[in-house]
Amino acid sequence: MAPILELRGITKQFPGVLANDHIDLTLNKGEILALLGENGAGKSTLMNILYGLYQPDEGEILINGEVVRIDSPTDAINQGIGMVHQHFMLIPVFTVTENVMLGNESVKPGGFLDRPSAAQRIHEISSRYKLEVNPGDYVRDLPVGVQQRVEIIKLLYRNAEILIFDEPTAVLTPQEADELFGIMRSLVEQGKSIIFITHKLREVLAIANRVVIIRRGKVVGETTPEVADKNTLAAMMVGREVNLVVKKKATTPGDVVCSISNLVVADKLQNVVVDDVSLDIRAGEILGVAGVQGNGQTELVEAITGLTKATSGKITLLGQDISKATPRQITELGSAHVPEDRQADGLVLPFPVAENLVLCSYHLAPFSKGVILQYPVILETAEKLIQDFDIRTPGALTPVGSLSGGNQQKVIIARELSRPIQFLVASQPTRGLDVGSIEYIHKRIEQKREEGCAVLLVSPELDEIMELSDRIAVMYRGKVLAVVPNKGVSKEYIGLLMAGVVPEEPLEFSEETEVEATL
Amino acid sequence: MSETQTEKKDFGQAVLEEIIPPPKEGAPKKNIWKSISIPLLAILTGLLIGAVMIAATSSTVWAAFGVSIWKGFGTAFSEIGTAYQALFTGAIGDPVRIIQALSSGDAKEIRLALNPFLESLVQSTPYIFTGLAVAVGFRSGLFNIGVEGQLFIGAAAATYVGYAITGLPGFIHMPLALFAGALGGAFWAFIPGFLKAKTGGHEVINTIMLNWIAFRLTEWLLSGPMTRPGSGGMPLSPIIQKTAEIPQFFKSPIRFHLGFFIALFVAWLINWLLFKTTWGLNLRTVGTNPRAAKYAGLSTTKSIITAMTISGALAGTAGAVQILAVNRSMALGLSSGYGFDSIALALIGNNTPLGVILASLLFGTLRNGATRMMVVSAIPIDIVDVIQAIILMFVAAPAIIRAIYRLKKPGKEEETIFLSGWGGK
Repeated sequence: MAPILELRGITKQFPGVLANDHIDLTLNKGEILALLGENGAGKSTLMNILYGLYQPDEGEILINGEVVRIDSPTDAINQGIGMVHQHFMLIPVFTVTENVMLGNESVKPGGFLDRPSAAQRIHEISSRYKLEVNPGDYVRDLPVGVQQRVEIIKLLYRNAEILIFDEPTAVLTPQEADELFGIMRSLVEQGKSIIFITHKLREVLAIANRVVIIRRGKVVGETTPEVADKNTLAAMMVGREVNLVVKKKATTPGDVVCSISNLVVADKLQNVVVDDVSLDIRAGEILGVAGVQGNGQTELVEAITGLTKATSGKITLLGQDISKATPRQITELGSAHVPEDRQADGLVLPFPVAENLVLCSYHLAPFSKGVILQYPVILETAEKLIQDFDIRTPGALTPVGSLSGGNQQKVIIARELSRPIQFLVASQPTRGLDVGSIEYIHKRIEQKREEGCAVLLVSPELDEIMELSDRIAVMYRGKVLAVVPNKGVSKEYIGLLMAGVVPEEPLEFSEETEVEATL
Repeated sequence: MSETQTEKKDFGQAVLEEIIPPPKEGAPKKNIWKSISIPLLAILTGLLIGAVMIAATSSTVWAAFGVSIWKGFGTAFSEIGTAYQALFTGAIGDPVRIIQALSSGDAKEIRLALNPFLESLVQSTPYIFTGLAVAVGFRSGLFNIGVEGQLFIGAAAATYVGYAITGLPGFIHMPLALFAGALGGAFWAFIPGFLKAKTGGHEVINTIMLNWIAFRLTEWLLSGPMTRPGSGGMPLSPIIQKTAEIPQFFKSPIRFHLGFFIALFVAWLINWLLFKTTWGLNLRTVGTNPRAAKYAGLSTTKSIITAMTISGALAGTAGAVQILAVNRSMALGLSSGYGFDSIALALIGNNTPLGVILASLLFGTLRNGATRMMVVSAIPIDIVDVIQAIILMFVAAPAIIRAIYRLKKPGKEEETIFLSGWGGK
């Protein structure tokens, strides 16, 4: 039997880039095919061709053995191809039913919308694939994971046979990701076929039947999770050996650089989101804050960096009380902040790379004299940082918004780490980045630690925390449940704390920890 | 680029980015033809549609069509020809007359022949100030719809200083009156700026409301405390002192005045402020991404108030210059909607001072030419306004022109496709 989908020799040239170079790909019925590659490898281009958004310059697409032409998403849908985008295409003020119907409305005679019959179908689809979505709910009230399931229902409602998931876990919590994997399995069990685009190795190993690796627009390998491991996958993806474990030099923690005592932070609705937190961060150590996202880490970071004012408690940085200080005062004391949401907080996307590189320091010499900006100096510094931090950009005057996510993050890292700092707050520094960039950024953070900088690392990725930290603080519902040294502590132990369970037994030392602490 | 980082964008952001294209400061000017082809095509298209309108609304043309089709077309073409010839001579001057004047070498005759062109510059002057006012607001993330009101307050302040203070030498009195105008406008814009910064009250609503207050307030001032003796309660101010006048370069009827060069200087100043100073980078950062501004330690409050105040000062100067250089006294018909046209103007000019100057020249020239077109041909003023509006609409909405002439938006085409999803066409 012919495979459900076959791509032959797909080639797509963009100005200056050969995005897809004679790519061959087959998808069999009932399988999950993972398409693995770094950002910019050409995965999305390929999928957009399949989805009718781009036309290939060469090559053909076969569905069930027959050559088809896909000129638009509508064609793709009619051919049974559906895509779950990374950013959802839902209308928040509409109900699930209305969102699903949109563009494919069932109507009663006279042109009236037939919501009940649509809702009925949604209900059937939902229960058949264990999606657990209530058709009457408003999308704005649904958690992200459920919104994603609404997207899946949209595809199934239109009888999609081939489902493309574009980086589906980027927006999900670990639990939601696990639920999604369950759904994907039940989809293929019932005869659907899935292409799963990702750059997360663990996910590939967990869910895929087959893995195709793409690098620089070419298929560079194919394997199965049974025979591959993270290291081989990473090497194929990046094209060289990748050190997933950062080599840490032993350092002796020095003086306390930042001290937080009895910190309480309330959100806009006066809910206590950081609840009586006390932490000390010492020179030459990385204190990792673990916890499921939304347990007060964001607000903790905002309080330390001066973006929110604490309700009570005290924060001292290098001996000075900064509880009431402004972000600029804190920065000028010698602190750096890699913000959680790089596009919203860390960068001004339409501004050139050069201006973004001096965003926190342009008011100081040598970048300005009086009020006059010294653009020659700014540009010179930018060129140097672009070199030093390996930022891949056409130039210092390119708007930062047109760079890839990894390079945008490097702009922030370059800006923050190039200053003489004694304290670094890094909040999810590798969110959504590919292996190569993660490796690079981890190395840079580790380097700061060796230089004697105190580092507060916040991440919902437990692996990242365990890999980099000297000590780990676990936050749950605004409280720090425990601060443990990252030596011999098991992932399970931290996992329990993250779920709010304080294990009664003392720390169990496990032999596995060193092995576990990989990407 | 093979994969584009899809950005999280809500609808409002998308709209804002459409009306405020990202700045390209410092980027090499790639292709001059590309950047002017759209405005040129816009003007051409506007004139074409305008031509159809001129023909369609002319009773002479209809009558001629009654006789025969050919006569109808003939009359239509001659009507359109007359109208557009008038538009051109009104805006730039009569080429024949200019050449004759130049060859005769008579200075007075040369001036008069060039007067239409000079008058276009006079008409453009207030647009430059108001356009800059709106552009400064946009760059700082603020939508100042209150430019018209600020212009009125500025004009009133300049008028008062202009007629009430006597005995000052001109080199003090004129700048003082001008400064009073800027101050008046600045104050009027400071109010909504302050409200926005401190209470979050939206500047669009507050500036609109303050427009009405400004109109009624000046009306009251002009018919009460600031009225001209003997005007019989008509809203009209006394004539300003000679010492407060901004000098006109030539004798009447040529009104070309120093204010035009002041406008150019101010545009240069604003360009310097926005793109060469830390203040400007502050304003633009807050205007483009307030969250990143806060992260970088900038004060959004200060930036909003500063931006509004500068914007208002520019608007007030527009009013002051009109009074001191052209009108020499204040009446209610002072502005023909400069403050509102300037919104379109700033957008056409991509919120850059140079762009604003060019767009202002276009506006002023059109306005000036249209006046003559109205006088010479029998086209009703409403149709003149419609033609102007059509041209401006096309200039302001490049997407329409691109669609008509199938021009590609450079480099953007592949990205916009991402927006279409399920149920797309």
